[in-house]
Amino acid sequence: MSETIEGIEELNLTRKDFVPGNEVRWCPGCGDYAILAQMQKTLPVMGVKKEDYAFISGIGCSSRFPYYMDTYGFHSIHGRAPAIASGVKLANPDLTVWVITGDGDGFSIGGNHMIHVLRRNIDMNIMLFNNRIYGLTKGQYSPTSFLGKKTKSSPFGSIDRPFNPSAIALGANATFICRTLDVDAKGMQESIKRAQRHKGASFIEVYQNCVIFNDGEFEDVENKATRPDNALFVVHGEPMVFGKDRDKGIIMENHHPKVVQLGDEYKEADLLVHDETNPIITNLLLEMTFDTNNPTPFGVLRAVEDVTYDEMLIEQIEQVTEIKGVGTLHDLFFSGDVWEVK
Amino acid sequence: MSKKVVRINEATIRFAGDSGDGMQLTGTRFTEATAIVGNDLKTIPNYPSEIRAPTGTLAGVSAFQLMFGSSRVFTPGDLPDTLVAMNPAALKVHLRDLKKGGTILANSNAFTAKNLKMAGWEGDPLTDGTLDSYTVYSMEMSKLVGKALEDSDLTSKGIERTKNMFALGVLFWMYNRPLEPTEEWLKKKFAKIPGLAEANITAIRTGFNYGETTEIFSTSYLVEKADLPKGNYRNITGNVAVAYGLVTAAEKAGKELFLGSYPITPASEILHTLSGLRNFGVKTFQAEDEIAGISSAIGASYAGDLAVTTTSGPGMALKTEAIGLAIITELPLVIVNVQRGGPSTGMPTKMEQSDLFQAILGRNSDAPIPVIAAQDPADCFMCAFEAARIAMKYMTPVILLTDGYLGQGSGPWLIPDPDSLPEIKPHHPDSSAASEEGFMPYSRDENEARPWALPGTPGLEHRIGGLEKENITGMVSQDPDNHEVMTAIRAKKVANITAEIPPMEIFGEKKGKVLVLGWGSTHGSIHVAVERAQKAGKSVSQAHLRWVNPFPSDLKEVCDSFDEIIVPEVNSGQLALLLKAELIRPIHQLNKVRGEPFRASEIEDKINEVHG
Repeated sequence: MSETIEGIEELNLTRKDFVPGNEVRWCPGCGDYAILAQMQKTLPVMGVKKEDYAFISGIGCSSRFPYYMDTYGFHSIHGRAPAIASGVKLANPDLTVWVITGDGDGFSIGGNHMIHVLRRNIDMNIMLFNNRIYGLTKGQYSPTSFLGKKTKSSPFGSIDRPFNPSAIALGANATFICRTLDVDAKGMQESIKRAQRHKGASFIEVYQNCVIFNDGEFEDVENKATRPDNALFVVHGEPMVFGKDRDKGIIMENHHPKVVQLGDEYKEADLLVHDETNPIITNLLLEMTFDTNNPTPFGVLRAVEDVTYDEMLIEQIEQVTEIKGVGTLHDLFFSGDVWEVK
Repeated sequence: MSKKVVRINEATIRFAGDSGDGMQLTGTRFTEATAIVGNDLKTIPNYPSEIRAPTGTLAGVSAFQLMFGSSRVFTPGDLPDTLVAMNPAALKVHLRDLKKGGTILANSNAFTAKNLKMAGWEGDPLTDGTLDSYTVYSMEMSKLVGKALEDSDLTSKGIERTKNMFALGVLFWMYNRPLEPTEEWLKKKFAKIPGLAEANITAIRTGFNYGETTEIFSTSYLVEKADLPKGNYRNITGNVAVAYGLVTAAEKAGKELFLGSYPITPASEILHTLSGLRNFGVKTFQAEDEIAGISSAIGASYAGDLAVTTTSGPGMALKTEAIGLAIITELPLVIVNVQRGGPSTGMPTKMEQSDLFQAILGRNSDAPIPVIAAQDPADCFMCAFEAARIAMKYMTPVILLTDGYLGQGSGPWLIPDPDSLPEIKPHHPDSSAASEEGFMPYSRDENEARPWALPGTPGLEHRIGGLEKENITGMVSQDPDNHEVMTAIRAKKVANITAEIPPMEIFGEKKGKVLVLGWGSTHGSIHVAVERAQKAGKSVSQAHLRWVNPFPSDLKEVCDSFDEIIVPEVNSGQLALLLKAELIRPIHQLNKVRGEPFRASEIEDKINEVHG
């Protein structure tokens, strides 16, 4: 039985409706396959008609994604997908718009568009495939590759300090930030649902394994055996607990997060409680990302309601039209000082 | 004392002052009053690229010129008859252009030792004989408005600011213009600031009465109404005309207008104008950069809006890759380039026609695009309309070239009847367009245009993008045969637009010795020069290109009817080079790259040289 959302018309869509006939051409074993599968599986239950989806991408391995979704799609140019998607949404606000991008496309060449679409909070969903490497150009370091990373363009190790895409999203005042893993089917589905239902620009960072050029980059959290001790899955309103035996948690000490063992000294009640709406908590989780003493946080890191550019544009058009009346060409042409030659 | 009124056919006035002196506003108000009198006219502003360069410096001088007349006026005039100089720097910069024996109106209060030194005058030109060959009206404008407004609530600085209105009042008297339109405008403009409209009106009247009563002025001038075609007119700048043309095309096509743009001189007024038209359903999107400007427009086009991006040369450079995307995805898009002097940042506030190669050729690969160029400010309206119509009919991006001279210059616009403009019928297929094999996004109509299938249409889901697509099916294809087919189709689509171009209009005989062939904003100067040469008995005609890509189908035939061809361009010879390749014959080039338009006399000299 497929899941449906309350109050939304049953559209009888299935995964198959979103699978076009063409051959998928990512490398065998690529993390992208799992992401595609979860997208095709999740969209049928979202209550949105298939023809109302538009998938927009730039350039890179991830950006081939629209070709593998049987929806409207636009595979554009390097880095510009957020800008193109902005135009799509503003031209037709009834569409559900997805942007598929990568760490090079979205945060190197397209960094400027990314921060501005998040700042404007245009209603769309942006999925970043972060594999910390350039795949399509065959293995150069990316702006999310760590220092010392040896790649084709950094044979002696990268001297290029990386940044944390989700932290940039917060810096850009994004209203929805979430992080998930290519191999975590449930987490991926949940992320897709939450992001699409969120009004405004939703940002999903996916840790995605590049099997050819950066295999094992996320081994500590991708490996089912080590994941529980290395990943913290946060849930709004619940204490930050993790570990194979759910025996560890996060407290705040000297304004920094710290891992503690649950037991006699620390109880669940002592732990930090996740609050999606509190930027201090989101910041704290983002700080943990690169800190080897702390687990890597996953889940919805931030979700707040705020005004969206697309709604305000429509409202402004309505308001001005109400005050001035529907513009006619005659009014426009005669709006200056007009004289008649007889 | 009764004063003499002299009838003249035309006059050219230049207003020059410090950037803070309000010369653009003064010039614009004189223009409106002149338009209402019924003269034909053309204007051009000339201002520095700094918003407020240090007061009193040569770099800070801002100017506005207009020519008006009782017959057709094609340019803002070569050399002014009258120069308004609000300070020594303005006189220093513009004196060299003033006609010998011309008139100077100067604010003598600004000719202080400090200002004179800053402008580089050794003595005071108003008194030391430098200006002996001119008629000089040296007036204490600051002092006179100070006196007239001594009872007002304005600060002394505020009173000093009204001196431009004093100068305007003097000119209104000199050229017999009505005061009412400016007074009405001031009342509206300053409705919310009590006292300000009244103070400015007092300053104008003080200036007018100064002309009327003081003995230094003995003569005023009367320029009779011009014999213009019947109809309603208003004065319009090229940038506003572009905005109106686009709104009109959207309305005629039943579309919402989307503008993705980033502010840039001298194109920003298109963004400003359109952003004020929300009640026409216009969606303006001030993007984070030039690339996002065009990219958002491409997205809006994909989703079904009439999409536009506006810019100038450096912005065009940034948009280049995205223009290629619009070409390969075959989406309608209007790209407006209000050209300025370059390369790089170049001369942002000065005009040039040097982006022709960039428009026609400036992309990676074989990437043909139709290019239309406007020839005067009012013509920007129809060119913008045509660009949009062709874009939607042929499913292609179209570049509209104007320049700073057209965009910021103005002239009377014969307001068209909206009903007389052609309807635009974009074709959006519905669900029935999908066959058993699915929808074919790259199928072709008789013009080789592909269907504009809009997201949201059930059954037509398809993917487009920058990768080469298989003709008809739209599947990604790297097949060599297909790439040849698609390259040829893209070229043919542009070539097909030739069918839309009317036969070339020839001013003068259809056959003769010399043809002056131009494009864009040189039209007016060429016209005046050719007319003068014709009157002098020379066998010379004018033809002007509106579409520069593709060329009109009768271009060769027209050119073959003349012995010599002169191509004047405000660049180093870009159209000339294209014509040499197209016509395989020698071309006489006349090039100017000084950041300013041609004077008719310069073209006349070239005609005389070639004609003999």
